[in-house]
Amino acid sequence: MSAGTGPDNLPWWATGVLLPVINVVLALIVSAIVILAIGEDPLGAMWTMVQGALGTSEGLGYTLYYATSLIFTALAVAVAFHGGLFNIGGEGQAYLGGLGVGLVCLAVGDMPWYLVLPLSVLGGAAFGALWGAIPGYLQAYRGSHVVITTIMFNFIASSLMVYLMVNVLIRPGQMSPESAQFDKATFLPLVQDMAAAIGIQMNPSPLNFSLFLALAACVLVWAFIWHTRWGFALRTVGANENAARYAGIDPKKVIIIAMALSGALAGLLGVNEIHGVQHRLLLNFPAGMGFTGIAVALMGRNHPAGIVPAAILFGMLYQGGTELIFDYPSISRELVVVIQGVVILFAGALEHMFRPALVRLFTPKPAGV
Amino acid sequence: MMDSYFWLLSLLDSMLRLATPLLLAALAGFFSERAGVVDIGLEGKMLMAAFAAAATAAATGSAGLGLLAAIGASLLLALLHGFACITHRGNQVVSGVALNITAMGLTAVLGNAWFEMGGRTPNLPATARFGELTLPLAETLRGIPVLGSFYSEVVSGHNILVYLALALVPLTAWVAYRTRFGLRLRAVGENPAAVDTAGISVPALRYQAVLIAGLLCGLAGAYLSTAQGAGFQTNMTAGKGYLALAALILGKWKPVPTLLACLLFAAADALQTRLQGVVMPGLGEVPVQLIEALPYLLTVLLLAGFMGKAIPPKASGRPYVKER
Repeated sequence: MSAGTGPDNLPWWATGVLLPVINVVLALIVSAIVILAIGEDPLGAMWTMVQGALGTSEGLGYTLYYATSLIFTALAVAVAFHGGLFNIGGEGQAYLGGLGVGLVCLAVGDMPWYLVLPLSVLGGAAFGALWGAIPGYLQAYRGSHVVITTIMFNFIASSLMVYLMVNVLIRPGQMSPESAQFDKATFLPLVQDMAAAIGIQMNPSPLNFSLFLALAACVLVWAFIWHTRWGFALRTVGANENAARYAGIDPKKVIIIAMALSGALAGLLGVNEIHGVQHRLLLNFPAGMGFTGIAVALMGRNHPAGIVPAAILFGMLYQGGTELIFDYPSISRELVVVIQGVVILFAGALEHMFRPALVRLFTPKPAGV
Repeated sequence: MMDSYFWLLSLLDSMLRLATPLLLAALAGFFSERAGVVDIGLEGKMLMAAFAAAATAAATGSAGLGLLAAIGASLLLALLHGFACITHRGNQVVSGVALNITAMGLTAVLGNAWFEMGGRTPNLPATARFGELTLPLAETLRGIPVLGSFYSEVVSGHNILVYLALALVPLTAWVAYRTRFGLRLRAVGENPAAVDTAGISVPALRYQAVLIAGLLCGLAGAYLSTAQGAGFQTNMTAGKGYLALAALILGKWKPVPTLLACLLFAAADALQTRLQGVVMPGLGEVPVQLIEALPYLLTVLLLAGFMGKAIPPKASGRPYVKER
């Protein structure tokens, strides 16, 4: 599933650009049908969404804020995918990662944010990595399938977090299960304040420094997968475990590392949500972003260069969806979830339907037939 | 003494109610997975069915029509799963995830648009639901200590779908282990090439299995919204499809052990609501979250081989490619 020229000799832009565009257009057509079934105007609704997502600096800020979280969870899916693993546990890993981030931020007191950030990144990555590495270990050494285990771990993470928030981390004298607020000094700077410092006026949005962290993660993941020895081992195991073994690669170790790395990336969602925006620990902050990461990764062909635009597109859908309800009250924001599901169907499950059709289109017909 | 006996009876009673949707979905998973098609999409099919049942029952006032709509909706998703995984040899897990997410979005969007109640459907009157059946002699036998009250409290007084689900366990076992169809079904999940060599169509068998799974998920969904509940709520399956999958694994892909796993999970669920805030002597307050997470922990432990070994059907998850 990697980008580039496949065995069927499709040019890179056909797999990397044309195929995803076809997937999105089909997904949009399906959602247009849903909107028509509700009795609303699909083109008007989509225009409202685009305007809501990109038309104002506030909308743009929200779009990129959602995209930041999605880049992390999609990179998580992509790293595992290159190792031949399907990590559905991004949601739980992000949840635990947020716990790690929160514990760091609660512990550091009034340390300035630029000193806290490396620690909170470490905390989020470590907790996420642990929650990914256990299913990885169980697959590598105990033979349980990572798909099932990560699903189970999502539920276990959710129960664990409820227990911790209700019984341990809750701020005393408070009814709702939320921790104390972090010290103001630790807050990550908002992009609107950074822009104001160089004279650009932006309306308030939760977009924060994490965006740059997400972009840096893209570069690091790209370098890791395609330009390191470990990345090569990862892709070899993903392509053919037996061949990897004969080449002297230990697939068990690779599987655990891949799942740990995948979990660490998902855990960084916590930096954006907890360290960047909420400034306290609370329940359910991953809000399905771990699952949306699957759609983003599939659409971005598991390549950082594809994941960034795909994450921005889904960020637009999220932000546009919230704007939609003001003009079209009968369309709820769950329309984004439908689009997400349909994208996974077209870009993932029905991959083998579209690709051969493209191959036929690009293969010159033999002469004389 | 009598008090704790009645406490136990009411626990068993709610255990049966809670086990039914799990059991129906787990049996659905049984047919699909034994035929070699992994079904992560139990959750989505149930959810879609629950919505279709509640919406239809609300519109027509008939639980029966609701059930038909539920089965229809679930079958459509099952067909889509088959189309992606069998016809186009797509990744079965990815397809299942796609179905779950699509169902979650679609039910919320349509429910919100059609009923304007924030994704809920109107409360169904008793006539549009599956009512409780009083089994013969339940009232007469009530007076008899122990057995009589067991019969009238636990065995009697459920809706038809509960009894149907329980009856489906021996039926499933019989179909799977005593019929030609069952033999072929299991064979196609273990060694599809052998089935193909015998001149039997692998895709046709797998489609049948996937459609049976759709039918059973339809029953499970209708149970949630028109028997146990009185209407649809957003995401009302709340992970029951995954729990059913866990029960199937814990039951090692066999009907009767799967039933026991469903009963165990349902008992944990029933206990959890009853133990909220209860202080156990010597243990302190029982963390309900631990009981909540127990089914998943058990499944992980079993799959990891720390308590017995669960071996999935050999060909499950692998699309069949006929050799040329």
